[in-house]
Amino acid sequence: MKLSGAEILWECLTRKGVEVVFGYPGGANMPIYDAMLNYPVHHVLVRHEQGAAHMADGYARASGRVGVAMATSGPGATNLVTGIATAMMDSSPVVFITGQVAAHLIGGDAFQETDVTGITLPITKHNYLVTRADEIAEVVCEAFYIARSGRPGPVLIDICKNAQIEKAEFAYPEEVKLLGYQPPSHAPEVDLQAAAALIAEARRPVILCGHGVLISGAEEVLQHFAVKTQTPVAMTLLGLGAFPASHPLSLGMMGMHGEAHCNLAIQNADLLLAFGMRFDDRVTGTLNSYAPKAKKIHIEIDPSEVHKNVPVDIPLVGDLKTVLTDLLPLVDENDHDDWLRQIADWKAEGDARSIMNWPQDGKLHVSHLVHDLWEATAGSAIVTTDVGQHQMWTAQYYFMDQPRRWISSGGAGTMGFGLPSAIGAWFAHKDEEVWTVVGDGGFQMTQAELSTAVQEGANVKIAIMNNNFLGMVRQWQEFFFEKRYSAVNMRTPDFVKIAEAHGVPARLVTKPEEVKAAIAFARQTPGPVLLEFRVEQEEAVYPMVPAGAALDQMLRRPVRQDAV
Amino acid sequence: MQYTFIALVEDKPGVLNRVASLFRRRNFNIESLAVGRTEKPGISRMTIVTECASDLDAHKIEANLYKLVNVIDVQDVSRQPAVTRDLALIKVRAKPEQRAEINNLAAIFRARIVDVAPDSVIVEATGTEDKIEGMVELLRPIGILEMVRTGQVAMTRGEHAGIRRTPGANGNGWHVREAAGLAEY
Repeated sequence: MKLSGAEILWECLTRKGVEVVFGYPGGANMPIYDAMLNYPVHHVLVRHEQGAAHMADGYARASGRVGVAMATSGPGATNLVTGIATAMMDSSPVVFITGQVAAHLIGGDAFQETDVTGITLPITKHNYLVTRADEIAEVVCEAFYIARSGRPGPVLIDICKNAQIEKAEFAYPEEVKLLGYQPPSHAPEVDLQAAAALIAEARRPVILCGHGVLISGAEEVLQHFAVKTQTPVAMTLLGLGAFPASHPLSLGMMGMHGEAHCNLAIQNADLLLAFGMRFDDRVTGTLNSYAPKAKKIHIEIDPSEVHKNVPVDIPLVGDLKTVLTDLLPLVDENDHDDWLRQIADWKAEGDARSIMNWPQDGKLHVSHLVHDLWEATAGSAIVTTDVGQHQMWTAQYYFMDQPRRWISSGGAGTMGFGLPSAIGAWFAHKDEEVWTVVGDGGFQMTQAELSTAVQEGANVKIAIMNNNFLGMVRQWQEFFFEKRYSAVNMRTPDFVKIAEAHGVPARLVTKPEEVKAAIAFARQTPGPVLLEFRVEQEEAVYPMVPAGAALDQMLRRPVRQDAV
Repeated sequence: MQYTFIALVEDKPGVLNRVASLFRRRNFNIESLAVGRTEKPGISRMTIVTECASDLDAHKIEANLYKLVNVIDVQDVSRQPAVTRDLALIKVRAKPEQRAEINNLAAIFRARIVDVAPDSVIVEATGTEDKIEGMVELLRPIGILEMVRTGQVAMTRGEHAGIRRTPGANGNGWHVREAAGLAEY
């Protein structure tokens, strides 16, 4: 059967189960858009290609399936770049399909020609330049396999316009064989035995639970492991939700803005069990004083992450779920009562400092707001965020008990991620409640996607934490630059009017007593709703490990004498 | 210290760029890189010489190379029994009366004169990097006009294999080599 390259592309995408793609048409991908009309795929027309990239990313993270984003050549493709880098840093499986000028024009600086495979080489797991129609089927199948297997990541396919138009014999490759790509699964038995021996000896163990737990679907076996060995579980920002926040063994989030008792536990541990995490600088603090007394076991699918930042005693390279399932029968039941009691004492000390225990002062605090949102949604909404203070507060106070409901740009720290990723997540779970918590700065970066949300009827609730500041940068300037505020004060538009211009119901909230009603209003109103909260302007996220400090050298919120 | 890696890669457009880009991106230095065809169609072989502070760096290079989809196998032959060779073409200024001296030097290093012009000769030398360095130092006072070197290529002796310190990556390459029909080699 002879089909055009564009038809072959859609044949493959639909066979891969793709139901929705996020994109933007242009000169170099028009044949793809023309052929699309004949296939049962819903296309979401974004307002800027960065939005398409984040939507596909949010879709992928919420569903565990491969997200697909499309753009034309040149500026269309380069607008994807931030979204591709975001997906790369957070190991998100997204396939990007870009149009390219005809093969015979490549290298000639044709209109809207850009070296997209060159640009995206270091920010994709792999990429392809396709110059002939008969390459498309194989490349698409490889791209999906590479994107979702092993350590997932973005794969870009740049398809020349002639390859979209030309006809080729179509045969769907049932099997992908890649000589140089065979993700590991099991770890060697001898290493598992050695790990089990270390675990048996440990008196003060801590599990470091990362994004890999979610990616490999190891939540359940992780819980069995933690309970059997009575090992407390600390989570990275992207690991939130992989272990229930309400579980007695949960230590919450670790790192720069992690819980104090969590960081203290890590620094005092005698064994760290790093599961699907990569010892990022935001979770370790300065490396030369990181967990100095701890032996380290690292279960990780990407061998290049082993020993990268922190040398480990036993690396177990393989699929986390597989390795942990193999390891579980080798470890003994245990209790670490003294250790857990010590951690509980640290936690009690932290609770006295918690802003949640401060008396109501009539001001809007983001932490309180997030807590109200958590209560109102019974902790079960899908929550996406932008990057900055509101992100940390949401991570701290929206206690995630379920996996794949917390969607945030971790490694790349991409502002503007919140709204589009929420729209993408909604496409993955249309029956679920989806909220995005954003700051006034980040929201304005991809605000245009509000229009996309309306066109799609996306049931996404937007909570803008407006402090008229780029809050996190302001906080750093306050702490480390003698409060010399430089380019952080931001005059914002009237977000309620912006919402109204889009036909989006909206409310402005300035007082604590209005919060619950506003959240209820948003939940009861179908479709996108925007809430603007005028929050306390110069508040800081605590605890905070300053850059270059040891993990337990945290700046703490002062204890208030009148705290409960 | 200097480390020498042998990488088997798919012979596809852009693979050299991917490898070079990876070294730049991860802040590793390439001292030399030689690439060419192998006995198997579709598979190229790279010999990469780098400066690493420790085995840990060598591990990082190896593990990162495996992240490239087109890289099939990586081994470190730095401290294994191996034959390593560099080829140099050196154009030396040579008046007719100097040719005998150059010829003698070449003979000592088992190099060959491969071109003779009225005012210069081209010496072709093959050997380890050290040997070629030694010869270059002796030719320098006579007057080197041009020099080109291929960079090292390496092959382990007999049954010896390189070190593979990346557990799990492509099954350390072994089953992949079998799948590619490379087991006998």
